[in-house]
Amino acid sequence: MNPFTYSHANRPEEAVAAVAKNPRADFVAGGTTLVDLLRLDVMTPDALVDVNALPLARIETLPGGGVRIGAMVRNSDLANDPTIRQRYPVLSEALLSGASPQLRNMATTGGNLMQRTRCYYFRDAVSPCNKRQPGSGCAALGGFNRIHAVLGTSEKCIATHPGDMPVALAALDAVVHTRRPGGGERAIPLTDFHVPYGEDPARESVLEHGELITAVELPAVPWFARSTYLKIRDRASYEFALASAAVALDLDRSGSRAIRAARVALGGVATKPWRSREAEQVLTGGKADEATFRAAAEAALKGARPQRNNEFKIELAKRTLTRALATAAEIKV
Amino acid sequence: MNDTWDDESAENSDPTGLSRRDFLGMSLVAVPVVGVAAANVKAARPAAAGPPARAVAAKAGLMPVTLNVNGQVRQLRLDPRTSLLDALREEMDLSGTKKGCDHGQCGACTVLIDDRRVLSCLTLAAMASGHRVTTIEGLAQGDRLHPVQAAFLKHDAFQCGYCTPGQIVSAVGLLKEGCPGDAAAIRECMSGNLCRCGAYPNIVAAVQEARGGRTT
Repeated sequence: MNPFTYSHANRPEEAVAAVAKNPRADFVAGGTTLVDLLRLDVMTPDALVDVNALPLARIETLPGGGVRIGAMVRNSDLANDPTIRQRYPVLSEALLSGASPQLRNMATTGGNLMQRTRCYYFRDAVSPCNKRQPGSGCAALGGFNRIHAVLGTSEKCIATHPGDMPVALAALDAVVHTRRPGGGERAIPLTDFHVPYGEDPARESVLEHGELITAVELPAVPWFARSTYLKIRDRASYEFALASAAVALDLDRSGSRAIRAARVALGGVATKPWRSREAEQVLTGGKADEATFRAAAEAALKGARPQRNNEFKIELAKRTLTRALATAAEIKV
Repeated sequence: MNDTWDDESAENSDPTGLSRRDFLGMSLVAVPVVGVAAANVKAARPAAAGPPARAVAAKAGLMPVTLNVNGQVRQLRLDPRTSLLDALREEMDLSGTKKGCDHGQCGACTVLIDDRRVLSCLTLAAMASGHRVTTIEGLAQGDRLHPVQAAFLKHDAFQCGYCTPGQIVSAVGLLKEGCPGDAAAIRECMSGNLCRCGAYPNIVAAVQEARGGRTT
């Protein structure tokens, strides 16, 4: 492990200033990704700024009915919050499907948005990897790539985004709030927060160096109560997704089963939390039945590009999405 | 069999009169040079990547860290890279907490911080400063076992025992969090703790018993 200095920050502006002034400094919150990657020599900051003491651990209902989640709210607290469970069940379910109870007690809302990929070639610290060492190549492209992405890949990187929570947030039109170096704040739609890999796989989000996530806001949308998360994986628990789907449905109340609006995001198959507006377009105005759900799934995976070992993910993701939509349609709200 | 594990009598039953702990201690004393060399090789990056970890550590400097573990407050001077797990085991002689994978994948290092179960391998020691840490050593009250410890004994919820401290501390955390009592729910709530001996059925039974507060 590379040596680093360590300091605590008590206020967000202190934390931002401390990281911004040193190009090799980084924030540490729960540590569940960072400490692991420090130990693997994959991440090598020379200074860590501990943000655990920042006063950002509250979940508040906003005047307009939305919910503001502080960046330091732990995954377990967010998952078990009564408001989240009732009004945004997809988020609670996504959180509880991720990692283990111990890790959920550690991981934070802000930190979880910065989770790094589980690509073995990224994590081994020696293979060519454009994400870890820009320009060195990609060992996954010609290697064993069963867990890799089929959506949003590039010639330089096919690493899967590993998260669950961000997939739910992508479906829920969440907005990430940050404090920027040099003062000022900004609000970034979750779907714009992570960037496609393209030319520079080392860049995973739009955050600039030293920019600190302070909160995530969810809009007040009553029909988000009809939402669910389905995660398919190699083990029943404590495993990353091979494919997952976060969905929400707004159904006509007259009993016609017409879909007035929908939200769809996929996990485990893409290089970022994958909002599928193509699927939503198919669903909107359609009838909530198997045929419509399957058509939406076909639309969501239309642009998928398989690698040698992961072609199965395309059909798996379609079935995952189809089943998630069928489940959501039966939720009573 | 008694409800409690009589550590002393078990250790002294060896005809040589040596306890397991004494023997391990002697082994380490007998081969200190090899031990240190091996530790350095393991800690350093691939041979050509840089100086040995200890030289690097000296350069980075030590920092004061105050830890409250099992109600005892200790002031340590640590390399900032020191995990809570290593601080417990190497600096505080609390070797009950086990190092399994050291990457947050097995749960052997589970401890409680402010009564919540966390992984001490992915927690830097400095991050635990200002909080209450509880390890397996802090669960029993004198000779009286914690109900989870007693339930693990009663149900023979281990084989080799290496994952057991993590399993027990995790189960204590589970009881504080709340978890439904059916076997499927207990398995999910305990999914962060792996047991390579496969003692899972007995672990589930022990957790169910501890959860129900039954004593027989």
